[in-house]
Amino acid sequence: MTKADPTCSIEIRALTKTFDATCALDHLDLTIPHQCIFGLLGPNGAGKSTAIKILTTLLDATSGFATVAGFDVASKPVEVRRRIGYVPQMLSADGALTATENLMLSAGLYGLRGTERSARIHEALVFSGLESMSENLVKTYSGGMIRRLEIAQATMHRPEVLFLDEPTIGLDPVARRTVWDRLLELKASTGMTILITTHDMEEADYLCEYLAILHQGRLAVVGRPADLKAAIGSKATLSDVFVAHSGAVLEQGGHYRDVREARGTAQRLG
Amino acid sequence: MKEFFYATAAVAQAEIRKLRRDPTELFSRAVQPVLWLAVFGQVFSKVRGIPTGDISYLDFMAPGILAQSILFTAIFYGIAIIWERDLGIVHKLLVTPASRTALVLGKALAAGSRGLVQAIVVYLVALGLHIGIRWDLWAMVSVALAVFLGSCIFSTFSLVIACVVKTRERFMGIGQVLTMPLFFASNAIYPIELMPGWLKTIAFVNPLTYLVDALRDSMILGGHGMYSQTTSFGIMAAVFVALLVTASKLYPGLVR
Repeated sequence: MTKADPTCSIEIRALTKTFDATCALDHLDLTIPHQCIFGLLGPNGAGKSTAIKILTTLLDATSGFATVAGFDVASKPVEVRRRIGYVPQMLSADGALTATENLMLSAGLYGLRGTERSARIHEALVFSGLESMSENLVKTYSGGMIRRLEIAQATMHRPEVLFLDEPTIGLDPVARRTVWDRLLELKASTGMTILITTHDMEEADYLCEYLAILHQGRLAVVGRPADLKAAIGSKATLSDVFVAHSGAVLEQGGHYRDVREARGTAQRLG
Repeated sequence: MKEFFYATAAVAQAEIRKLRRDPTELFSRAVQPVLWLAVFGQVFSKVRGIPTGDISYLDFMAPGILAQSILFTAIFYGIAIIWERDLGIVHKLLVTPASRTALVLGKALAAGSRGLVQAIVVYLVALGLHIGIRWDLWAMVSVALAVFLGSCIFSTFSLVIACVVKTRERFMGIGQVLTMPLFFASNAIYPIELMPGWLKTIAFVNPLTYLVDALRDSMILGGHGMYSQTTSFGIMAAVFVALLVTASKLYPGLVR
């Protein structure tokens, strides 16, 4: 087994994932440093969600290796899970439970008990701004409130790395901004490494210190947003960078399931 | 071990809270056993076509209808799991360090609690129909244990099916296909002795048979079941452990 680089939070080497005849990730190499917000961009079907699923131990790679927080995702999945938080693209907070009950569930799954559990739940409610609504069912919340709760749930055990899969999909501009503010606050207060996938160039520009663009399962480019833009032209936007490196064409629209999930999430956040 | 217990309890608690909050499902599930006992059971008691020994046909079938009610409710538990997968809840559970077995066991225990509520409904109907139920404490504890274990078995079986078929549409088809054969290939509404040889063989490997026998023994017969309580509970426990192990292996595959 290759030894993990101690200076980075996530290390990916020749990571490959194939589904029957489809190659979702093709020898991906990527290093994500400690304590940064790192954006993973790419057209639908570029391999972003597959990469996140492998890094969060939900999916096994076909070949290659990846470490998260210093542990190999294939051989030490439980150690990885102890050190990560994950906010999936879909709305994962249980609408039939209150915010407090959702947080109690997460606390139980991370082995938090007694006064520590109560303190972390209170802390999470304050962080998400849901103290006054904590006993209301989550299905009565707005999309932004649910996302803030999910981030609080995913971070109540104080992970080293937080994964967010298109966290602001379907949110209105105000809700989107409150989610961004929470993420920046989280990074500033904890020094957590945050890996975020997004299609929103404004979001990537606002939040991310580093960006990587994936295209057809391969790394197309990686760097700081300002450097990537400068390399294209003096007035280039991140959208220009995206188009230049992803070579996206209309026929490449991702898998039916990905599109269905994205639309479903947007509809639920409505 | 502590972490395993906390995770199991957290999942079970969350599921039970949801159940408590939506009692309409419990009431709708109660309709079927009421109809079977009050309509089918009373009519067939008059026919006297099915030999049930020293007890009336209504007494004979009451434990079978309780078992059926547990089976029919628990077997569709997998639909909720597929729904949770579509909502991202399964993803969230699987990225925690909680043992997969704890996640599955938590859900099974919650289903067990749901079964106990169904048992109360069947007991109330049985009371109204003057069915000869044994009311001593040990009999009732034994019924509660059998109901709990039976619900755990069929809900976990349902989870296994959900993990294999992965879509709601396919699950509904398989669920419909499985429930009636499981029910009719058991001793729920007629004694095994009346069955042809091939059906007896199926009934012998059908866990519902052992659930019905344990319930009939405790609820009505008082120690004169077809199998001993040790045999029935032993087989049910073994089936549950096997299903728990299988479901724990298959559950992560639901999100792939």
